[in-house]
Amino acid sequence: MNERQIDLEILRYDPETDEQPSFQTYRVPCQEDWVVLDAVNYIKDELDRTLSYRWSCHMAVCGSCGVMINGEPMLSCKAFVRDLPDSIRIEPLANFPIERDLVVVMDDFMGKLQSVTPYLVARDEKSIDDGEHHQTPAQLKKFKPYTLCINCTLCYAACPQYAHDENFVGPAALALAHRYNLDSRDVGRAARADVVASNAGIWECSFVGACSEVCPHEVDPAAAIQQAKIAATMDYFLGWLRPGREP
Amino acid sequence: MSPRPYIRASSTTGWWLAQPRYVRYMAREVSCVFIGAYTAVVVVGLLRLAEGAAAWVDFVNALQTPASVAFHALALGFALYHTATWFNVTPKAMPMQLGEVQVPGGVIIGAHYAGWAMVSALLLFLVGA
Repeated sequence: MNERQIDLEILRYDPETDEQPSFQTYRVPCQEDWVVLDAVNYIKDELDRTLSYRWSCHMAVCGSCGVMINGEPMLSCKAFVRDLPDSIRIEPLANFPIERDLVVVMDDFMGKLQSVTPYLVARDEKSIDDGEHHQTPAQLKKFKPYTLCINCTLCYAACPQYAHDENFVGPAALALAHRYNLDSRDVGRAARADVVASNAGIWECSFVGACSEVCPHEVDPAAAIQQAKIAATMDYFLGWLRPGREP
Repeated sequence: MSPRPYIRASSTTGWWLAQPRYVRYMAREVSCVFIGAYTAVVVVGLLRLAEGAAAWVDFVNALQTPASVAFHALALGFALYHTATWFNVTPKAMPMQLGEVQVPGGVIIGAHYAGWAMVSALLLFLVGA
Protein backbone atom coordinates (compact mmCIF):
# COMPACT_ATOMS: atom_id res chain seq x y z
CA MET A 1 0.00 0.00 0.00
CA ASN A 2 1.17 3.54 -0.80
CA GLU A 3 2.80 5.49 2.02
CA ARG A 4 2.72 9.26 2.21
CA GLN A 5 5.01 11.32 4.45
CA ILE A 6 2.88 13.79 6.38
CA ASP A 7 4.06 16.49 8.77
CA LEU A 8 1.77 16.62 11.79
CA GLU A 9 2.09 19.88 13.71
CA ILE A 10 0.60 19.21 17.11
CA LEU A 11 -0.05 21.79 19.80
CA ARG A 12 1.61 20.53 22.97
CA TYR A 13 1.05 21.75 26.51
CA ASP A 14 2.36 20.31 29.75
CA PRO A 15 0.74 22.16 32.68
CA GLU A 16 3.61 21.14 34.95
CA THR A 17 6.41 22.66 32.87
CA ASP A 18 5.05 24.91 30.09
CA GLU A 19 4.05 28.55 30.41
CA GLN A 20 2.07 28.28 27.18
CA PRO A 21 1.40 25.73 24.44
CA SER A 22 3.74 25.35 21.47
CA PHE A 23 3.72 23.32 18.27
CA GLN A 24 5.79 20.19 17.82
CA THR A 25 6.13 18.63 14.37
CA TYR A 26 6.26 14.89 13.68
CA ARG A 27 6.88 13.27 10.31
CA VAL A 28 4.55 10.29 9.96
CA PRO A 29 4.47 7.68 7.15
CA CYS A 30 0.71 7.51 6.53
CA GLN A 31 -1.13 4.71 4.76
CA GLU A 32 -3.70 5.70 2.16
CA ASP A 33 -6.66 4.52 4.24
CA TRP A 34 -5.56 6.23 7.45
CA VAL A 35 -7.58 8.77 9.31
CA VAL A 36 -5.86 11.50 11.35
CA LEU A 37 -6.38 9.46 14.51
CA ASP A 38 -4.29 6.64 13.00
CA ALA A 39 -1.45 9.11 12.41
CA VAL A 40 -1.72 10.41 15.99
CA ASN A 41 -1.75 6.84 17.30
CA TYR A 42 1.39 6.19 15.25
CA ILE A 43 3.11 9.09 17.01
CA LYS A 44 2.03 7.73 20.41
CA ASP A 45 3.14 4.17 19.59
CA GLU A 46 6.34 4.84 17.64
CA LEU A 47 7.61 8.40 18.13
CA ASP A 48 6.54 10.06 21.37
CA ARG A 49 4.79 8.33 24.25
CA THR A 50 4.24 11.58 26.12
CA LEU A 51 1.54 12.81 23.73
CA SER A 52 -1.89 13.03 25.41
CA TYR A 53 -5.21 12.90 23.55
CA ARG A 54 -8.64 11.34 23.89
CA TRP A 55 -10.06 8.60 21.72
CA SER A 56 -12.01 5.41 22.08
CA CYS A 57 -14.23 3.89 19.38
CA HIS A 58 -12.42 4.89 16.14
CA MET A 59 -15.81 4.89 14.37
CA ALA A 60 -17.40 8.32 15.00
CA VAL A 61 -19.69 7.06 17.74
CA CYS A 62 -18.05 7.88 21.08
CA GLY A 63 -17.37 11.53 20.26
CA SER A 64 -14.15 11.72 22.25
CA CYS A 65 -11.52 12.37 19.54
CA GLY A 66 -12.62 15.84 18.45
CA VAL A 67 -9.74 18.22 17.62
CA MET A 68 -9.08 21.22 15.40
CA ILE A 69 -7.63 19.95 12.11
CA ASN A 70 -6.19 22.81 10.07
CA GLY A 71 -8.50 25.13 11.99
CA GLU A 72 -11.67 23.11 11.51
CA PRO A 73 -13.30 21.17 14.37
CA MET A 74 -13.46 17.52 13.31
CA LEU A 75 -13.47 14.01 14.73
CA SER A 76 -9.94 12.77 14.09
CA CYS A 77 -11.34 9.28 13.43
CA LYS A 78 -13.50 10.62 10.60
CA ALA A 79 -10.94 12.87 8.89
CA PHE A 80 -9.09 10.94 6.20
CA VAL A 81 -5.45 11.89 5.70
CA ARG A 82 -5.88 11.46 1.91
CA ASP A 83 -8.30 14.43 1.94
CA LEU A 84 -5.77 16.68 3.69
CA PRO A 85 -2.55 18.42 2.58
CA ASP A 86 0.96 17.16 3.37
CA SER A 87 1.12 19.35 6.46
CA ILE A 88 -1.65 18.94 9.03
CA ARG A 89 -2.00 21.22 12.04
CA ILE A 90 -3.76 19.61 15.00
CA GLU A 91 -4.90 21.62 18.01
CA PRO A 92 -7.21 20.97 20.95
CA LEU A 93 -10.85 21.93 20.35
CA ALA A 94 -11.18 25.71 20.28
CA ASN A 95 -13.12 27.58 22.99
CA PHE A 96 -12.18 25.09 25.72
CA PRO A 97 -9.32 25.34 28.25
CA ILE A 98 -6.44 22.99 27.47
CA GLU A 99 -5.91 20.30 30.09
CA ARG A 100 -2.82 18.80 28.45
CA ASP A 101 -1.74 18.54 24.80
CA LEU A 102 -4.92 17.74 22.82
CA VAL A 103 -7.07 17.10 25.89
CA VAL A 104 -9.50 19.87 26.81
CA VAL A 105 -11.42 20.60 30.02
CA MET A 106 -15.08 19.76 29.39
CA ASP A 107 -16.52 20.64 32.81
CA ASP A 108 -18.32 23.73 31.49
CA PHE A 109 -20.08 21.72 28.78
CA MET A 110 -21.02 18.93 31.20
CA GLY A 111 -22.56 21.46 33.59
CA LYS A 112 -24.57 23.05 30.80
CA LEU A 113 -25.75 19.69 29.56
CA GLN A 114 -27.05 18.89 33.03
CA SER A 115 -28.70 22.29 33.38
CA VAL A 116 -31.28 21.67 30.63
CA THR A 117 -32.94 18.68 32.37
CA PRO A 118 -31.69 16.36 29.60
CA TYR A 119 -34.01 13.46 30.29
CA LEU A 120 -37.63 12.49 29.90
CA VAL A 121 -39.99 14.08 32.43
CA ALA A 122 -42.97 11.77 32.13
CA ARG A 123 -46.54 12.89 32.82
CA ASP A 124 -47.22 9.78 34.87
CA GLU A 125 -44.48 7.74 36.47
CA LYS A 126 -45.15 4.17 35.38
CA SER A 127 -43.76 1.01 36.84
CA ILE A 128 -42.15 -1.55 34.55
CA ASP A 129 -45.25 -3.71 34.98
CA ASP A 130 -47.41 -0.91 33.59
CA GLY A 131 -45.63 -1.22 30.25
CA GLU A 132 -44.13 1.27 27.80
CA HIS A 133 -44.90 4.90 27.10
CA HIS A 134 -46.37 4.55 23.61
CA GLN A 135 -45.42 6.79 20.73
CA THR A 136 -46.38 6.80 17.05
CA PRO A 137 -43.74 6.85 14.27
CA ALA A 138 -44.89 10.39 13.37
CA GLN A 139 -44.34 11.56 16.96
CA LEU A 140 -40.90 9.92 17.00
CA LYS A 141 -39.93 11.54 13.72
CA LYS A 142 -40.43 15.04 15.16
CA PHE A 143 -37.38 14.74 17.43
CA LYS A 144 -35.39 11.76 16.10
CA PRO A 145 -32.58 13.78 14.45
CA TYR A 146 -31.85 15.51 17.78
CA THR A 147 -31.30 12.18 19.53
CA LEU A 148 -28.21 11.52 17.42
CA CYS A 149 -25.86 13.87 19.30
CA ILE A 150 -22.70 12.15 20.59
CA ASN A 151 -21.55 15.08 22.79
CA CYS A 152 -18.35 15.52 20.79
CA THR A 153 -18.58 19.33 21.35
CA LEU A 154 -17.37 20.16 17.82
CA CYS A 155 -20.33 22.56 17.72
CA TYR A 156 -18.99 24.48 20.74
CA ALA A 157 -15.57 24.72 19.09
CA ALA A 158 -17.19 26.14 15.93
CA CYS A 159 -19.52 28.58 17.68
CA PRO A 160 -18.25 32.20 17.74
CA GLN A 161 -21.01 33.07 20.19
CA TYR A 162 -19.67 30.56 22.73
CA ALA A 163 -16.16 31.92 22.10
CA HIS A 164 -17.32 35.40 23.10
CA ASP A 165 -19.63 34.53 25.96
CA GLU A 166 -18.82 31.53 28.09
CA ASN A 167 -22.25 31.81 29.72
CA PHE A 168 -23.95 30.75 26.47
CA VAL A 169 -25.59 27.37 27.09
CA GLY A 170 -24.47 26.36 23.62
CA PRO A 171 -25.62 24.30 20.65
CA ALA A 172 -25.54 20.67 21.83
CA ALA A 173 -27.22 21.29 25.20
CA LEU A 174 -29.95 23.45 23.64
CA ALA A 175 -30.52 20.89 20.87
CA LEU A 176 -30.91 18.17 23.49
CA ALA A 177 -33.38 20.30 25.45
CA HIS A 178 -35.35 20.78 22.22
CA ARG A 179 -35.26 17.03 21.63
CA TYR A 180 -37.08 16.40 24.92
CA ASN A 181 -39.42 19.37 24.46
CA LEU A 182 -40.56 17.84 21.15
CA ASP A 183 -41.08 14.40 22.70
CA SER A 184 -44.79 13.57 23.01
CA ARG A 185 -44.11 11.67 26.27
CA ASP A 186 -42.40 14.61 27.94
CA VAL A 187 -43.92 17.32 30.15
CA GLY A 188 -40.65 18.98 31.25
CA ARG A 189 -40.73 22.02 28.96
CA ALA A 190 -41.63 24.47 31.75
CA ALA A 191 -38.77 23.11 33.91
CA ARG A 192 -36.30 23.63 31.03
CA ALA A 193 -37.58 27.09 30.09
CA ASP A 194 -35.62 28.89 32.83
CA VAL A 195 -32.36 27.84 31.15
CA VAL A 196 -33.42 27.38 27.52
CA ALA A 197 -35.39 30.63 27.13
CA SER A 198 -32.96 32.72 29.18
CA ASN A 199 -30.58 35.36 27.81
CA ALA A 200 -27.75 32.82 28.04
CA GLY A 201 -29.91 30.24 26.26
CA ILE A 202 -31.51 30.41 22.83
CA TRP A 203 -31.51 34.22 22.71
CA GLU A 204 -27.71 34.32 22.83
CA CYS A 205 -27.62 32.50 19.49
CA SER A 206 -27.39 34.78 16.44
CA PHE A 207 -27.76 31.90 13.97
CA VAL A 208 -24.25 31.72 12.56
CA GLY A 209 -25.06 28.09 11.78
CA ALA A 210 -21.46 26.86 12.15
CA CYS A 211 -22.58 24.27 14.73
CA SER A 212 -24.72 22.47 12.18
CA GLU A 213 -22.04 22.63 9.49
CA VAL A 214 -19.42 20.87 11.62
CA CYS A 215 -21.75 18.33 13.30
CA PRO A 216 -20.52 14.84 12.37
CA HIS A 217 -23.99 13.34 12.86
CA GLU A 218 -26.06 16.05 11.14
CA VAL A 219 -27.95 16.85 14.32
CA ASP A 220 -28.51 20.47 13.18
CA PRO A 221 -28.42 22.30 16.53
CA ALA A 222 -28.92 25.65 14.74
CA ALA A 223 -32.32 24.47 13.52
CA ALA A 224 -33.26 23.26 17.02
CA ILE A 225 -32.37 26.64 18.53
CA GLN A 226 -34.37 28.63 15.94
CA GLN A 227 -37.39 26.38 16.48
CA ALA A 228 -37.01 26.82 20.23
CA LYS A 229 -36.98 30.62 19.73
CA ILE A 230 -40.31 30.43 17.91
CA ALA A 231 -41.76 28.15 20.64
CA ALA A 232 -40.54 30.48 23.41
CA THR A 233 -42.01 33.50 21.62
CA MET A 234 -45.35 31.70 21.28
CA ASP A 235 -45.18 30.80 24.98
CA TYR A 236 -44.59 34.46 25.85
CA PHE A 237 -47.53 35.81 23.87
CA LEU A 238 -49.92 32.99 24.77
CA GLY A 239 -48.93 33.42 28.44
CA TRP A 240 -49.71 37.12 28.08
CA LEU A 241 -53.14 36.35 26.63
CA ARG A 242 -53.84 33.59 29.15
CA PRO A 243 -51.99 34.33 32.42
CA GLY A 244 -50.93 31.22 34.30
CA ARG A 245 -50.71 29.10 31.13
CA GLU A 246 -48.02 26.41 31.34
CA PRO A 247 -45.71 26.17 28.30
CA MET B 1 -8.51 18.46 36.20
CA SER B 2 -5.10 19.91 35.54
CA PRO B 3 -3.88 22.33 38.22
CA ARG B 4 -3.12 24.85 35.46
CA PRO B 5 -5.43 24.55 32.44
CA TYR B 6 -4.39 26.89 29.63
CA ILE B 7 -7.01 29.31 28.34
CA ARG B 8 -6.42 30.53 24.80
CA ALA B 9 -7.24 34.14 23.97
CA SER B 10 -9.97 34.64 21.37
CA SER B 11 -10.16 37.62 19.04
CA THR B 12 -13.07 39.97 19.66
CA THR B 13 -12.62 41.91 16.42
CA GLY B 14 -11.07 39.80 13.67
CA TRP B 15 -12.71 36.46 14.53
CA TRP B 16 -15.11 36.63 11.57
CA LEU B 17 -12.21 36.52 9.11
CA ALA B 18 -11.04 33.15 10.42
CA GLN B 19 -13.55 31.05 8.44
CA PRO B 20 -15.47 31.65 5.17
CA ARG B 21 -18.67 30.62 6.98
CA TYR B 22 -18.17 33.45 9.49
CA VAL B 23 -17.66 35.93 6.62
CA ARG B 24 -20.91 34.75 5.00
CA TYR B 25 -22.67 35.20 8.34
CA MET B 26 -21.33 38.75 8.74
CA ALA B 27 -22.36 39.60 5.16
CA ARG B 28 -25.88 38.41 5.97
CA GLU B 29 -25.96 40.44 9.18
CA VAL B 30 -24.50 43.62 7.66
CA SER B 31 -27.11 43.49 4.90
CA CYS B 32 -29.62 44.92 7.38
CA VAL B 33 -27.57 48.13 7.59
CA PHE B 34 -28.12 48.78 3.87
CA ILE B 35 -31.81 47.87 4.14
CA GLY B 36 -32.10 50.25 7.11
CA ALA B 37 -30.37 53.02 5.14
CA TYR B 38 -32.69 52.47 2.17
CA THR B 39 -35.69 52.63 4.49
CA ALA B 40 -34.39 55.98 5.80
CA VAL B 41 -34.19 57.26 2.18
CA VAL B 42 -37.81 56.22 1.62
CA VAL B 43 -38.90 58.01 4.82
CA VAL B 44 -37.05 61.16 3.73
CA GLY B 45 -38.83 60.88 0.37
CA LEU B 46 -42.22 60.76 2.10
CA LEU B 47 -41.35 63.80 4.21
CA ARG B 48 -40.25 65.72 1.10
CA LEU B 49 -43.48 64.71 -0.65
CA ALA B 50 -45.46 66.12 2.26
CA GLU B 51 -43.58 69.43 1.86
CA GLY B 52 -44.90 69.98 -1.64
CA ALA B 53 -44.13 69.57 -5.33
CA ALA B 54 -40.86 71.57 -5.37
CA ALA B 55 -39.36 69.59 -2.48
CA TRP B 56 -40.37 66.33 -4.15
CA VAL B 57 -38.71 67.33 -7.45
CA ASP B 58 -35.52 68.18 -5.54
CA PHE B 59 -35.64 64.76 -3.87
CA VAL B 60 -36.13 62.96 -7.21
CA ASN B 61 -33.23 64.90 -8.73
CA ALA B 62 -31.02 63.96 -5.77
CA LEU B 63 -31.86 60.29 -6.38
CA GLN B 64 -30.41 60.57 -9.90
CA THR B 65 -26.91 61.54 -8.83
CA PRO B 66 -24.17 58.91 -9.44
CA ALA B 67 -23.60 58.50 -5.68
CA SER B 68 -27.31 57.84 -5.12
CA VAL B 69 -27.52 55.35 -8.00
CA ALA B 70 -24.42 53.54 -6.67
CA PHE B 71 -25.92 53.39 -3.17
CA HIS B 72 -29.22 52.01 -4.48
CA ALA B 73 -27.45 49.37 -6.58
CA LEU B 74 -25.45 48.33 -3.51
CA ALA B 75 -28.54 48.33 -1.29
CA LEU B 76 -30.42 46.23 -3.86
CA GLY B 77 -27.58 43.70 -3.93
CA PHE B 78 -27.56 43.38 -0.15
CA ALA B 79 -31.38 43.24 -0.03
CA LEU B 80 -31.37 40.32 -2.47
CA TYR B 81 -28.60 38.58 -0.47
CA HIS B 82 -30.52 39.23 2.77
CA THR B 83 -33.73 37.81 1.30
CA ALA B 84 -32.13 34.75 -0.28
CA THR B 85 -30.07 33.83 2.80
CA TRP B 86 -33.05 34.14 5.15
CA PHE B 87 -35.40 32.27 2.81
CA ASN B 88 -32.81 29.51 2.56
CA VAL B 89 -32.83 28.92 6.33
CA THR B 90 -36.62 28.89 6.75
CA PRO B 91 -36.85 25.07 6.61
CA LYS B 92 -34.61 24.98 9.70
CA ALA B 93 -36.71 27.41 11.73
CA MET B 94 -40.08 26.26 10.41
CA PRO B 95 -39.91 22.59 9.46
CA MET B 96 -43.18 20.99 8.40
CA GLN B 97 -44.19 17.40 8.95
CA LEU B 98 -47.36 15.92 7.45
CA GLY B 99 -47.98 12.64 9.25
CA GLU B 100 -44.74 10.75 8.93
CA VAL B 101 -43.59 12.72 5.88
CA GLN B 102 -41.19 15.64 6.22
CA VAL B 103 -42.05 18.42 3.76
CA PRO B 104 -38.88 18.94 1.66
CA GLY B 105 -36.96 22.11 2.48
CA GLY B 106 -37.14 23.19 -1.17
CA VAL B 107 -40.95 23.35 -0.96
CA ILE B 108 -40.83 25.66 2.09
CA ILE B 109 -38.21 27.89 0.45
CA GLY B 110 -40.16 27.89 -2.82
CA ALA B 111 -43.35 28.92 -0.98
CA HIS B 112 -41.51 31.94 0.41
CA TYR B 113 -40.32 32.97 -3.06
CA ALA B 114 -43.87 32.49 -4.38
CA GLY B 115 -45.20 34.68 -1.56
CA TRP B 116 -42.58 37.30 -2.35
CA ALA B 117 -43.57 37.29 -6.05
CA MET B 118 -47.28 37.59 -5.19
CA VAL B 119 -46.77 40.52 -2.79
CA SER B 120 -44.55 42.25 -5.37
CA ALA B 121 -47.17 41.72 -8.10
CA LEU B 122 -49.90 43.06 -5.80
CA LEU B 123 -47.85 46.17 -5.01
CA LEU B 124 -47.13 46.78 -8.69
CA PHE B 125 -50.87 46.40 -9.40
CA LEU B 126 -51.78 48.86 -6.63
CA VAL B 127 -49.36 51.53 -7.87
CA GLY B 128 -50.71 51.04 -11.38
CA ALA B 129 -47.51 49.83 -13.03
